[in-house]
Amino acid sequence: MLRFILKRLGLALLVALTVSFISFSLLFLSGDPAIAIAGESANAEDVAAIRALYGFDRPMMVQYGDWLWHALQFDFGVSYYFRLPVADLIAERLSVTMTLGVCGIVFALLIAVPLGVIAAIRPNSLIDRIALFLSVAGQAMPSFWFGLILIVIFAIQLRILPASGADTWQHFIMPTIVLGYYAMPAIMRLTRAGMLEVLSADYIRTARAKGASEGRVLFKHALRNAIIPVVSLAAVQMGFMLGGSIVVESVFALHGAGYLAWESIGRNDLPTVQALILVFALFYIVFTFLADVLNAWLDPRMRSA
Amino acid sequence: MNDAPLLSVRGLTLDIPTSGGTLHAVRGIDFDLNRGETLCIVGESGSGKSLTSLALMGLLAPKIRRTAVRMTFDGTDLQKASRRQLRQLRGDRMSMIFQEPMTSLNPAYTIGDQLTETLLLHKKVSRAKARARAIELLEKVGITAAESRLSQYPHQLSGGLRQRVMIAMALMCEPELIIADEPTTALDVTIQAQILRLLVDLQREMNMALILITHDLGVVARVADKVAVMYAGELVETGPASAIFRNPAHPYTRGLINCIPVPGRNERGARLGTIPGIVPSLVGEVTGCPFRGRCDQRVAICDTAAPLRRLPDGHEFRCVHPDGHRHEEVTA
Ligand SMILES: Nc1ncnc2c1ncn2[C@@H]1O[C@H](COP(=O)(O)OP(=O)(O)OP(=O)(O)O)[C@@H](O)[C@H]1O
Ligand SMILES: [Mg+2]
Repeated sequence: MLRFILKRLGLALLVALTVSFISFSLLFLSGDPAIAIAGESANAEDVAAIRALYGFDRPMMVQYGDWLWHALQFDFGVSYYFRLPVADLIAERLSVTMTLGVCGIVFALLIAVPLGVIAAIRPNSLIDRIALFLSVAGQAMPSFWFGLILIVIFAIQLRILPASGADTWQHFIMPTIVLGYYAMPAIMRLTRAGMLEVLSADYIRTARAKGASEGRVLFKHALRNAIIPVVSLAAVQMGFMLGGSIVVESVFALHGAGYLAWESIGRNDLPTVQALILVFALFYIVFTFLADVLNAWLDPRMRSA
Repeated sequence: MNDAPLLSVRGLTLDIPTSGGTLHAVRGIDFDLNRGETLCIVGESGSGKSLTSLALMGLLAPKIRRTAVRMTFDGTDLQKASRRQLRQLRGDRMSMIFQEPMTSLNPAYTIGDQLTETLLLHKKVSRAKARARAIELLEKVGITAAESRLSQYPHQLSGGLRQRVMIAMALMCEPELIIADEPTTALDVTIQAQILRLLVDLQREMNMALILITHDLGVVARVADKVAVMYAGELVETGPASAIFRNPAHPYTRGLINCIPVPGRNERGARLGTIPGIVPSLVGEVTGCPFRGRCDQRVAICDTAAPLRRLPDGHEFRCVHPDGHRHEEVTA
């Protein structure tokens, strides 16, 4: 198990390094960064001065090494737009996004896994149909629209929840529901399919032949095996939520990292965009790594992979 | 000890609803099994052997309808018993070894976890005691380095080892009845004999009753006290093994016994005795003798009747012919 973890960790670091290089080179793909800072109308001397000031005249690998060295110390430079350290900017926004992402995935799992299990135990029952309806609706309904409906009902009509901002925990209720509902259908369907498959497995019959109770059969013997693919999916979705909750963040005016990324791209604020891409990618890498470790713990066959 | 049979089954019938109609997979099976006795059920693929054993264990899929005139285990009515009562019997007093060793162990848990679970479910013993018992049984089923096996996972073991583990698991609580459903079919020929030998030795040692389902009549001849021959969902012949091998009455049983290759009797390269014809469809109403389509003793009334015939020593078979052979009087 330890060897497996070390191997995966090594792999994760390698991917992280690659991603860092890619996000660094974005700076050069999007044109001359000196012009971006100086503005389109700046004259040649100003551009040259900026180029020298920021070190854009050095060889690319040297710049990358320099950037990486600073990035490792959480120094991503200064935002062109805010004139503030990018690290501080991101840290502030990230706490909002992380809270939302964690709440969203927890909400999705809490609804989707039990619903998927029940749907699998009683296929074609009323609960199975309700679960199917919810999942189709979740898939078909755009997040912004669902968010707006919630705002109209709970913030405007009933006036029990705040419509925008991120000041109290109440502010996170509706965004969590919208974001979680978005992730729910896939998790539910995968849980249901996994449970259905596992419940017809020979080892489930063995567990019953031992005299295990139905609850023990379901949770100890079946769910443990059925949940394995769900863990990977949830990890990917978690990574996706942290980077991609832009829609939800804008509907509820939660100024999180996704929103910041969207704004910064519009403002050509390259250090911020660069750092955000790196952070989002690192989240992905960390979550896949954690999912791999969790999976290996759940499924001993994966440990030798 | 009382004289009542450990297991008594009368009129066991299993119906499976299918899209084409009801499949009458098992129809009116009767047999008794005493403590310590070995009953071999033989019959070709699809004749309903696995369904019968699952029905005894109460492990049938919910859609399969089970009815019986009587089905008792040591006086307990298996039809009336609550789910809880059945659960307490399973694994403790009656256990089962399945046809599929490769997939019958849970991939997520160690051999040790799965072995001790059976004991911990039924007996008030400490984990350490359960572990010791697991090691003891792994050694009994011929697994070397038993202690280190406890921390291994099923995927690390070969099919033969897994089936040994399954046998050890079935024996954890010293059950009174073991049902072994073709325990060696999925295994390498070279280890089939070993595993069977092991099972039978342990059964004698622990004085358990054994229902052994097998295709191999050679095995039956060696280990069975009683034989039940199953054909297309019916027991066409039952009785003491000696009587059945000496005097197979049902034409199907005779066909089966003629299929056993005997050194010297069959010429080299000669075709083994095979029974031509196909098994009838069991969907919809089933009448008469199910074997008539393949029977060389067939007469007209086989389409409607297959009466039960009793021979001495509890030897019974179902056939219109009183001795299983066509004579002119019957056809007339
Ligand atoms: N769940 C089910 N649904 C529909 N038909 C079934 C089901 N289980 C078994 N059958 C049918 O019932 C019949 C008996 O099956 P069973 O598994 O008992 O045969 P068997 O004698 O054990 O054969 P084998 O020697 O191949 O194991 C077969 O025709 C099979 O197709
Ligand atoms: Mg079978």
